[in-house]
Amino acid sequence: MEILAYAAFFLTIALTYAIICLGLNVQWGQTGLFNVGIAGFVGLGAYVSAALTTPDAAARIGGFDLPIVIGWLAAMVAGGILALAVGLLTLRMRSDYLAITTFGIAVALQLVFQNTESLTGGAFGMAFIPRPFAGLQGEAFAFNALNLALTATVVLLCYLLLEHLLRSPWGRALRAVREDEVAAQALGKNPILLRIQAFALGGAIMALAGAVQAHFIGFIAPGNYLPMMTFQVWAMLIVGGSGNNRGAILGAILVWAIWALSGALISEVFPADQQARAASLQIVVIGVMLCVILLWRPQGILPEVRSVSRHLGRRNKDNSK
Amino acid sequence: MNPQAIIDGLISGSTIGLGAIGLTLTYSILRFANFTHGDFLAWGAYLTLTVAGVLGGLAAGLGAPVYPFSFGWGLPLAMFGGVLLTVALTLGLDRILFGKLRARGADAIIIVMASFGASMALRSLLEFIFTAKPAYFTKALQIAKPLGFGMRATPDQLLVIGLTAVLVVMLHLLVTRSATGRAMRAVSENPSLAGVYGVDVDKVIRVTWIIGAGMACIAGVMAGLLVQIRPYMGFDLLLPLFSAAILGGIGSIPGAMLGGLMIGLAEAFAVQIVGAEWRAAISFVILVLVLMLRPQGLFGQKGV
Repeated sequence: MEILAYAAFFLTIALTYAIICLGLNVQWGQTGLFNVGIAGFVGLGAYVSAALTTPDAAARIGGFDLPIVIGWLAAMVAGGILALAVGLLTLRMRSDYLAITTFGIAVALQLVFQNTESLTGGAFGMAFIPRPFAGLQGEAFAFNALNLALTATVVLLCYLLLEHLLRSPWGRALRAVREDEVAAQALGKNPILLRIQAFALGGAIMALAGAVQAHFIGFIAPGNYLPMMTFQVWAMLIVGGSGNNRGAILGAILVWAIWALSGALISEVFPADQQARAASLQIVVIGVMLCVILLWRPQGILPEVRSVSRHLGRRNKDNSK
Repeated sequence: MNPQAIIDGLISGSTIGLGAIGLTLTYSILRFANFTHGDFLAWGAYLTLTVAGVLGGLAAGLGAPVYPFSFGWGLPLAMFGGVLLTVALTLGLDRILFGKLRARGADAIIIVMASFGASMALRSLLEFIFTAKPAYFTKALQIAKPLGFGMRATPDQLLVIGLTAVLVVMLHLLVTRSATGRAMRAVSENPSLAGVYGVDVDKVIRVTWIIGAGMACIAGVMAGLLVQIRPYMGFDLLLPLFSAAILGGIGSIPGAMLGGLMIGLAEAFAVQIVGAEWRAAISFVILVLVLMLRPQGLFGQKGV
């Protein structure tokens, strides 16, 4: 029973990453936008939702005790607005300006989480974030299983929504812009507008993921949203297969499993005083894995199904890049 | 306002400027934003530290401080070795990673992503080899000497500013006056056209890495000498480096240096107003302002 409870816990965390990956897939997989500030968007969602739903606390502003769902929705709005602002600022320019700016966003938000104690609790973070099914916390398995079901539902809803959107004319225009901007423009599509929309949608989904994760764990601190997280999510999407929503989910679970297992291995093999040092090897492995995949299998495990329209079928064979 | 901020700003600005030169060159000639560049600074510092350790083992006298500085002849010698090793590191990385992606005709953004992955791996490797504990080139303490107008600086700090000025002038002359420099500018304008005209594009790419890695190593050693050496030192400088390169205008060496100095000064003054805990946000604010008001930077051409 304990192992099952742990498995449910593990899968729930992995699925929160799957939501982030789905958000990134809209930005990168479908539109080709490189976001290096994922951790910032996720953290923003977590903090916004936490500020709205936690009980009133003497030491900080916020704590409105609102229902969890309101927190989640507010997180999405905040993430979407931030992404919109970044998009408006950079998406007219060269693609790597977006990368640099999002990197800066993550650094700046990290400082806000750290330094504005009256709002975020500073380095100590925020506790007492309401957890879904909190009444069942005594029974580890039931609690974890119900949360797993809830998170899986969120993943499924995001997945269905995205699949629907990507098959819609909007999704086709998005891919058209990614593949050949000039041609898309000639057909009357506005590439900048489409990119901004996709970036905002992705940002909203990432922030939602942050909120879901924060409510499941019940505690957040600035240290959860380091560049490391951005890097893990990228590894997940690239391994799973960018452009493919199922690949994004698969990659999240797979890379999270590799991460958790290698972490467990390190704590078994290395003596306690060497563990922090050995943990940096984990990052080396993931970094090398990312580069190797980019070199040898850039399409990932589940490649994107290239299609113009579902009525015309897939066109992977004649378009094997 | 404390005038000491001018000295502090010029010192940290020298490091940022030297680092930004390599970044701006790779950006304009290899055409990608290299997220690994910050880690070249850290690797440069650690490689120099390692060479200094070896040299110190061979001849103990090299470590004795040379008046008025806090370090002995061992450090400049070691830095020479460090520069060579950092160059070897970047050329090696280009061979196994960036060059392969280039040859395959990968999008610039894929190369950016690879640089992001390589950056994480390189930094964590440093942490594994040297641990996260800060290291120092020298244990000697220096007294800051008064310069007038209420400003003080140690001899080490003045040396860093002077060395930076010499390096920038040399590089600027190299790029504007020599055949290699002309080839570099040609490739940055149009790589395929430059190739057609007989410019050795591969050589230009090598020279770009050599200059970038050399400057990164020297900047890393300077930061290590004046502050401390940490695995994250380069990563923490990455945002200031990018801001300096974009502020100066992509591809411009004087621009990168000036951008670096401006960022250094802005940080030093802003820290007095908003507090040191917000330091890292300064370069972000500058970056956003530049992107809004003058995206081509101070010395950049329109339409880049």
